Amino acid sequence: MTNTPTPLARILAHREWILAAIIVLMTVGIGTQEAFFISPDNLSELLDDTAILIMLAMVQMLVIVTRCIDLSVASNLALTGMIVALINVAHPETPALVTLVMSVGIGAVLGAFNGILVWLVGIPSIVVTLGTMSIYRGMVFLLSGGEWVNAHEMTPQFLAFPREVTLGLTTLSWLAIIMIVLVALFCRYSATGRAIFAIGGNPKAAVYAGLNVGKYQFITFCISGAMAGLCGYLWVSRFAVAYTEVALAFELQVVAACVIGGISIAGGIGSVWGAALGAIFLGLIKNALPVLGISPFWQMAISGGVIVLAVIINSRSEKQVGRRILREVHQ
Amino acid sequence: MKFRKSLLAAAALVFGLATVSAQAADNIRVGLVVKSLGNGFFEAARDGAMEAAKEVGNAEVIYTGPTSTTAEGQIESINALMAQHVDAIAVSANDPNALAPILKRAMQRGIKVISWDSGVAQDARIVHLNPSNNELIGKTCVKLAADVVGDGGGDIAILSATPTSTNQNIWIGEMKKALPDYSGLKLVDTVYGDDLADKSYRETVALLKKYPDLKAIVAPTSVGIVAAAQAVEDQNMVGKVFVTGLGLPSELAGHVEKGSVKSFAIWNPIDLGYSAMMISYKLATGAQGGPNSKIEAGRMGTISFDENGDGAMSEPFVYDASNVEKFAKIF
Repeated sequence: MTNTPTPLARILAHREWILAAIIVLMTVGIGTQEAFFISPDNLSELLDDTAILIMLAMVQMLVIVTRCIDLSVASNLALTGMIVALINVAHPETPALVTLVMSVGIGAVLGAFNGILVWLVGIPSIVVTLGTMSIYRGMVFLLSGGEWVNAHEMTPQFLAFPREVTLGLTTLSWLAIIMIVLVALFCRYSATGRAIFAIGGNPKAAVYAGLNVGKYQFITFCISGAMAGLCGYLWVSRFAVAYTEVALAFELQVVAACVIGGISIAGGIGSVWGAALGAIFLGLIKNALPVLGISPFWQMAISGGVIVLAVIINSRSEKQVGRRILREVHQ
Repeated sequence: MKFRKSLLAAAALVFGLATVSAQAADNIRVGLVVKSLGNGFFEAARDGAMEAAKEVGNAEVIYTGPTSTTAEGQIESINALMAQHVDAIAVSANDPNALAPILKRAMQRGIKVISWDSGVAQDARIVHLNPSNNELIGKTCVKLAADVVGDGGGDIAILSATPTSTNQNIWIGEMKKALPDYSGLKLVDTVYGDDLADKSYRETVALLKKYPDLKAIVAPTSVGIVAAAQAVEDQNMVGKVFVTGLGLPSELAGHVEKGSVKSFAIWNPIDLGYSAMMISYKLATGAQGGPNSKIEAGRMGTISFDENGDGAMSEPFVYDASNVEKFAKIF
């Protein structure tokens, strides 16, 4: 007797579809309460607001898949954002595109520092990034002297870049969409992408297959850092202010988005779509609760409850059912 | 050896200072001790104190403080002032208790001690001068909203920091008490941005969408007011909705220029330094201070001190297009 799953069970096995359905249902549900919420304008703003979380969540997914974690992303974002803001103040003639490239570079260097400590020094990533989280945050303060860089000190080009609207969506939203596609292709078709999933699934087997686990972990930290740097510029320019506490504790939302998106904290399991949907789900909640006029105390409890629920679902679906290899004999 | 040399140099420097001030021995000399040197806010306070010294004629300000905001550094500064036999010390303390012993010793030697801006323990000073008090702050915030809303009246909303922030809640309470004085104003909502730029921004956007008739947003927090102003600008609501509240001129100058902020309030450091100097001078020349006293402070009028010896200088100073540029250079 073969054990064919029913069509429904097959769909349910794909977390992404369930999550997408919940997101659609929730959006429509909120729309029935506050009609403006489902207007195209508002939905595109929702995407704009969530874009940074989406980008950070899907590269965090890569890190988590290799059985590591990068808690320094928000601090990296703040530091890179402050550096490019200060450069913009000192050299207002810098074109936005140069700033963009610079932010990716600075972020990648900060990420590589994490990666080297994990790969060559062999320190657990949670310890490394907990340390660099404070180091990078402290460096923002040292660089800025605790001062703010304000909207009127930044040049119009610096501020305009993520806001420009093409085909109804902002550059920030388009960047998120492009990144989803790029990272998805990277995971599916590149040798590096496949190796990342291989070492996460079974590091020992990966070593036997000739893969250098540390090296691939290093690569994911570089990618995560580069993306955090890019988001640093985008954040500072979108909110038009840079100061020490920018994106404080945002790394927790990034990890939460991954968990909600079905990425296993134990490594090996995860998808770009899952991370992106997890981020959109969180973004939807963050935007909907104030619109629905829910008390701020409940807002925290609801966000927390959703995360716990997601972890429970994850742990249940990942539980490996022991398989009997010999048939029981009834005689 | 090297250390000794620098010690000698330091001693020479202190001695040099002492001889310079000794030249004007007939003057009432007041040591103005600030949290740290090189801070625009305190340099503005010094200018105010100088103004007061000039006004009374026979007074002199010795502006001093540590280079970083430490209580130890302030103790050294106060020691140096005691060695110079100043007549009064006015201190903005980095720690209310750590400075108490040395200030008590100064009072035993006949030096009149007051604290201003940031207080010290009650028995370590004669009076404490607050820049303002909760009631005046609440009243000012509502008045600012009433000014931008105009005679026709309209809806206003409050954007606060965290729902558990003590001073924010006291100010909101005072605002609600002051609201009935302005019959046209209707408070429709109070939201919380947690002093995070992104959350404050999102809450503001939600307010703008939920209440199409909103005329003003009052944010008595420096992070919130900047984020709200940026959100109003990004939503193209400049001229329809005005942001006001408490903020710093350097952080809001750009938003005043763009029109999303018409006016806002914060203490005026020049007035604060002026009042601190005036009170110190009056005490050093025989005025009686302490709990339940009144001291006349020049152009700032008479300042009353309550049963704890705490006094409020005035309602917060209002900044608008006419003066924001000047103060933006200060703090």
